[in-house]
Amino acid sequence: MVSTSSTSGRKLTAAIVGPGNIGTDLLFKLLRSDVVEPRWMIGVDAASEGLRIASDKGLEVSHEGVDWLLKQDELPDLLFEATSAYVHRAYAPRYAEAGIRAIDLTPAAVGPAVIPPVNGLEHVGAMNVNMITCGGQATIPMVNAVSRVTPVPYAEIVASVSSVSAGPGTRANIDEFTSTTSAGVVSIGGAERGKAIIILNPAEPPMIMRDTIFCAVDADADEDAIAESVHRMEKAVQQYVPGYRLLQEPQFDPASEATQGRKKVSIFVEVEGAGDFLPPYSGNLDIMTAAAAQVGENIARHLIENAGSN
Amino acid sequence: MTDINTLPRTWSGSHGDEPFGTLDLRLTDTCLRDGSHHKRHQFTATEVHDIVEALDNSGVPVIEVTHGDGLGGSSFNYGFSRTPEQELIKIAAETAKRAKIAFLMLPGLGTKDDIRAAQDNGGQICRIATHCTEADVSIQHFGLARELGLETVGFLMMSHTQSPEVLAKQARIMVDAGCQCVYVVDSAGALIMEQTADRVSAVVAEIGHQADVGFHGHENLGLGVANTVIAARAGATQIDGSVRRFGAGAGNTPLEAFVGVADKLGWTTGVDFLKIVDASEDVIKPAMPEECQLDRMTLMMGYAGVYSSFLKHAGNAADRYGVSGAQILLEAGRRKLIGGQEDQLIDIALMLKARDAESVSV
Repeated sequence: MVSTSSTSGRKLTAAIVGPGNIGTDLLFKLLRSDVVEPRWMIGVDAASEGLRIASDKGLEVSHEGVDWLLKQDELPDLLFEATSAYVHRAYAPRYAEAGIRAIDLTPAAVGPAVIPPVNGLEHVGAMNVNMITCGGQATIPMVNAVSRVTPVPYAEIVASVSSVSAGPGTRANIDEFTSTTSAGVVSIGGAERGKAIIILNPAEPPMIMRDTIFCAVDADADEDAIAESVHRMEKAVQQYVPGYRLLQEPQFDPASEATQGRKKVSIFVEVEGAGDFLPPYSGNLDIMTAAAAQVGENIARHLIENAGSN
Repeated sequence: MTDINTLPRTWSGSHGDEPFGTLDLRLTDTCLRDGSHHKRHQFTATEVHDIVEALDNSGVPVIEVTHGDGLGGSSFNYGFSRTPEQELIKIAAETAKRAKIAFLMLPGLGTKDDIRAAQDNGGQICRIATHCTEADVSIQHFGLARELGLETVGFLMMSHTQSPEVLAKQARIMVDAGCQCVYVVDSAGALIMEQTADRVSAVVAEIGHQADVGFHGHENLGLGVANTVIAARAGATQIDGSVRRFGAGAGNTPLEAFVGVADKLGWTTGVDFLKIVDASEDVIKPAMPEECQLDRMTLMMGYAGVYSSFLKHAGNAADRYGVSGAQILLEAGRRKLIGGQEDQLIDIALMLKARDAESVSV
């Protein structure tokens, strides 16, 4: 899905807003990018470790919030929002006014949702795109892998993450996780109806993120075609999250009363993080930052190519 | 934070409109919720009507009705409901003359909209369950429930996995959020008496001046009634049980047996022992697919500390893949799975199958 054409060495500038775990992990990923240059890290706490790390890496940092950033003479081309849905909803109009393209890692859902291997190139022209949720990034590709082969009247995802990797935002708004994710299962996954379940497991040592995707399909749906599509999708996600893997072959249960008359497809995945800033077990956070970096790069390539052709 | 829980007991007879007078203990029957696991979520409208009528007539003050996994539980992962749970809540509320109808919800599965719907259908007590280290995911739901005027109960599931001190802190989070009664929940039926007493005492010490403390037991080591008596002595005033043990795993504390024991101990429950024994034989027994058994599988759950609702799902996976159900449960315990992770039992079965194939081929 990622464009590989030459971008002649030009990079777009980016600001990361929110120097917490997610913002800092994203910083490490963007520092490796060919087309995005992280230039600013913005927080609200002078003592933030994320700001200190960003400063060490040569970024300009401020603890005076986005208001400081928006007052600068030079503004970023891209802005990665790693704060909260509440903050993003408040500031999104101002980013747009300033001509800054926002990649939103909160569940604010101001702009269209993007899952890189499914619709990664669809919204490269949008001023605001949303990354849904970690559970959505990990599971919606697989719902789509099934629905591109056969109709999916219903899909259900179960995301299990370690307690330590679920921050206060997720905990305070767990309903937003289920509603935003199940909406994405439908709109991007391609299911007619969707359901999302999240479980926070406190086991020590922390468990690696695990996700199960159940899809209802027609009784005579082609199992080989579904399995092949699922394996292709695993490889597509591995392009930006190397630790994304199927734990088992897709399982098929014949239609019965217990499956409401549909064949049941069960897909089991594990998401191990790259360990950039966050520990590898928090694959749920890694897949968010990896997907956001990917989306930012797609937007950057689109803008650089269009600028070049003018 | 505003202290919203300086209220008098919601049920203790201090209100003029309380139909049960003064009780020492307030009992909740949960066979129409926890029993939903044993019934594989196949309750019919008639069964719910008849059971509520019989329990209400016996004097049971609270009857819980929901999918076994709470509101929104009908799913591939937990099993689809034969009758939509909201319909069952409505039937229960229309049938009960004195008893209040309670419903369960688990944040991460059910949502605030489900709570609103359950209240619209006549549910009066909102019971919110979290794993016993994750109470903070329930804050928004307690807030809403209190705003809606619902009575609130918090469930600290899998209480055997944490120390009394941890449980007390988690209970504090729930009470500060608006919870009026925190239950120590022995989801795996793994607690033994001293452990039960220590946990209930710690929670009473932390929140007892503001809210009630409850106990919900399972029979996987055969200790449901004993644990419940000990819990009551340690200060629990709200008690769960299911008539005929009709619940997950080896079932819950048999409510009719506990009523008899409470009578002997001189504790007022408001439940008529002879009537509830009749209800057990004449109404609950015919609705059960089979009696709840203390057998290899359920003993394994108590012994390994496995969430009771895994029983049927482990059995399904064992049958489907030709592996040992007991081994699935032991591995679930080793992996420290918690309530809700039923999907992982299939992964375990596949892992065991692959291991069996390897050892055969060597």
